[in-house]
Amino acid sequence: MEGGILGNALVFLGISLLTVPISKRLGIGSVLGYLIGGVLIGPFLLGFIGHEGEDIMHAAEFGVVMMLFVIGLELNPSSFWKMRKSIVGMGLSQMLASTALLFGLLLFAFPLHWTAALALALSLAMSSTAIVLQILKEKNLGKTEAGVSSFSILLFQDIAVIPILAIVPLLATAPVISNAANGHTNWVEQLDAPFSTLVILAAVGGILVAGKFLITPMLRWLAKAYMRELFTAATLFIVIGVAWLMEKVGISAALGTFIAGLMLANSEFRHELETDIEPFKGVLLGLFFTAVGSTINFELIAASALPLFSFVFGLMIIKGIVLYAIARIFKLRLDQQLFLALLLSQVGEFAFVLLTTIGQYRLLDKGQIDFFMAAVTLSMVVSPVLLFLFERFVSSRLNNRAVSEPKAFDHIDEHHTVVMAGFGHFGNTLGRFLRANGVSATILDNDSDRVAFLRKMGFKVFYGDATRLDLLHTAGLKEAQVFISTLDDPEKNRELAETVRTHFPHVRIFMRSRNRSDAYELIDLEVPHIYRESLHTSVQMGVDVLEKLGFRKHTATRKAAEFIRYDEAALSKLASKRSGSSSSYIDSVREEIAMQERLLQEDDLFLSDSNDHAWDRTL
Amino acid sequence: MQQSKVLILFFHPRFENSKANKVLAETLLTEPDFTFSDLYELYPDFNIDVKAEQAKLESHDIIVWMHPFYWYSCPPLMKQWIDLVLAFRWAYGPGGEALKGKKILNLITSGGGFDAYQHGGRNRFTYREYLIPFEQTATLCHMHYLPPFIVPGAPRLEQGELLNYADQITNMLRTLSAGRIDIDELQQHDYLNSYTFQ
Repeated sequence: MEGGILGNALVFLGISLLTVPISKRLGIGSVLGYLIGGVLIGPFLLGFIGHEGEDIMHAAEFGVVMMLFVIGLELNPSSFWKMRKSIVGMGLSQMLASTALLFGLLLFAFPLHWTAALALALSLAMSSTAIVLQILKEKNLGKTEAGVSSFSILLFQDIAVIPILAIVPLLATAPVISNAANGHTNWVEQLDAPFSTLVILAAVGGILVAGKFLITPMLRWLAKAYMRELFTAATLFIVIGVAWLMEKVGISAALGTFIAGLMLANSEFRHELETDIEPFKGVLLGLFFTAVGSTINFELIAASALPLFSFVFGLMIIKGIVLYAIARIFKLRLDQQLFLALLLSQVGEFAFVLLTTIGQYRLLDKGQIDFFMAAVTLSMVVSPVLLFLFERFVSSRLNNRAVSEPKAFDHIDEHHTVVMAGFGHFGNTLGRFLRANGVSATILDNDSDRVAFLRKMGFKVFYGDATRLDLLHTAGLKEAQVFISTLDDPEKNRELAETVRTHFPHVRIFMRSRNRSDAYELIDLEVPHIYRESLHTSVQMGVDVLEKLGFRKHTATRKAAEFIRYDEAALSKLASKRSGSSSSYIDSVREEIAMQERLLQEDDLFLSDSNDHAWDRTL
Repeated sequence: MQQSKVLILFFHPRFENSKANKVLAETLLTEPDFTFSDLYELYPDFNIDVKAEQAKLESHDIIVWMHPFYWYSCPPLMKQWIDLVLAFRWAYGPGGEALKGKKILNLITSGGGFDAYQHGGRNRFTYREYLIPFEQTATLCHMHYLPPFIVPGAPRLEQGELLNYADQITNMLRTLSAGRIDIDELQQHDYLNSYTFQ
């Protein structure tokens, strides 16, 4: 079916809606669901998609670019710097060892020139950032030893793409098939070597400077317009702009957006940016996996099944063994060693790019390229299956499931256990008190001036509207224990209470309310902890007045505490009566006033009556 | 005979730092038949709910004051509790017989040991002598004051020793609750530590 854009979109989205929920329910994860969906709609089964699957795959690779932007956002420069040892140590050794061994395998198994074998070995040593990170995120294993290590290795690989792309032409013996035909014109190609390096450095430097002095002020300015879609547009503009610039200077777009993400990680817009890009990233990645599935060439697989399967087997064994050895050297736990070995044993999406380049330089002929493309795809399909089997049957036997250890992996920005909405005067006081007791909260506020100011004062405040469910997700409410709202708008508080209660039922809600009637509404929504902003201050004022009138301060304070306790009890009592008709509410108010009067009289009695033997008055 | 209900009133202003009390409290908390009340958690501002506390006392038969021995006495909230809850015309005075016949005892964690708390020792007087105000308070409120149980040298006890004490205390309270004990015989002892509960 050649359905045009709408038709293709329909097919791709439709199949994901079908296969992904099923695979999630079966517990095999979303990546496999997408891949299977792709196979189903591909030319060899239902035939909804022809060979345009490859083009769609290249377009959808942009999802990986967005993913790296988000990774950069979640990391920030200082934690990136802290990871440098594992990035270089684990990453470099993985690349070198895998390349060397794969080089040997290729020379041994295929009639290849050594230059072609080397270029291939470099491409096949890469693992799939898209698959691995999706799996880690889905299973919430990002902070385990294996998760952190694989992250370092993937990051190194993503950086290594640049020199590898530079090496391939050097290995070429034949002239290039025109690069321009592919739409890949870039500025650097036309420049001399020292000059091109300079341009690349300038581009990266430009991103670093722009992140601080251009993008953040721009976002601040946009925030004042209070329009969500503007922010989404700005986010896409940043990501696409950086990607475009990087392509122009010949660096990988993924690396560029990673750096841009890193630069923006410390800005107050971090959560907002992440939330805005998330749906695009998710859809594109899903599209990418589906497209990979749809490009599997079953004719070729059938024709050369034995060599293909044995090659994929050998390839993954070699990569797995290298990773296992690295995991041992870097002293990961046993189950984590095996997990890492399986996790990164597939070949990544960069191999597609590199194979295309290798084809352009005629290092391999068309048949060979197709063979290795099929091998790459096959390894991408097999690895999630292996991981699923590992988790189901092996990991549980090793007892220590991949749950994170207390061992400090502090270089990944942990979410706080407290998420707080609103940082006005009320929130400010509360936040300072919590901080004075060593509890730091993730704070959301939608006044961009205030956010900018507070960040200068050293508070970790993020810009955004807390009533948005997606923003609460990115703020990490799922891992939090407590949600605080210090907003005074009863409308928003009701909305927040409902959202948090429905989507994060494990979180304790603490909420400010302006007055009694707002409090009743929150009681109806079963908010357990409600704080009327007027109660304590006004009673405290009463204590001071009584003192000026000649009361002993301790007695006045005791009476105040009793009064507050009584008032809180009356509040919940009245809330349950309120739901009836309005007349009964008035009745119960009358009753309540009567009761309060009674109680106040009793208070008087308690003060003067001889029955108050709390402390003997005669002594 | 019907089981007597046990109420443990626990007073500790820095519970989070006390290893000994943590072990004891955890054991006592798991006893389904005991009511365990953590007063510093209930009344962090010393604002005791007198009515609620009196109701709690009325529905139990054996009361345990569980507390560390600060300056030869109890923590301040416990004194506040005594001042406010044991009210005139309720616990004592004309018509004040709400607590009549109930049994009460001190369960104490002490930094020193029995050798320090004796005549000629470092603290010059015995635990019993320091506890006389509590004994008389109980007596004035028509209760039977039972000998105290002391956990001596509490800060230096190992986990195993603490668990032993926890077992011993649980066993003691269970036996008291079952009513298998001759109170007069029990009151012959200075401390429940030296009485063997089977």
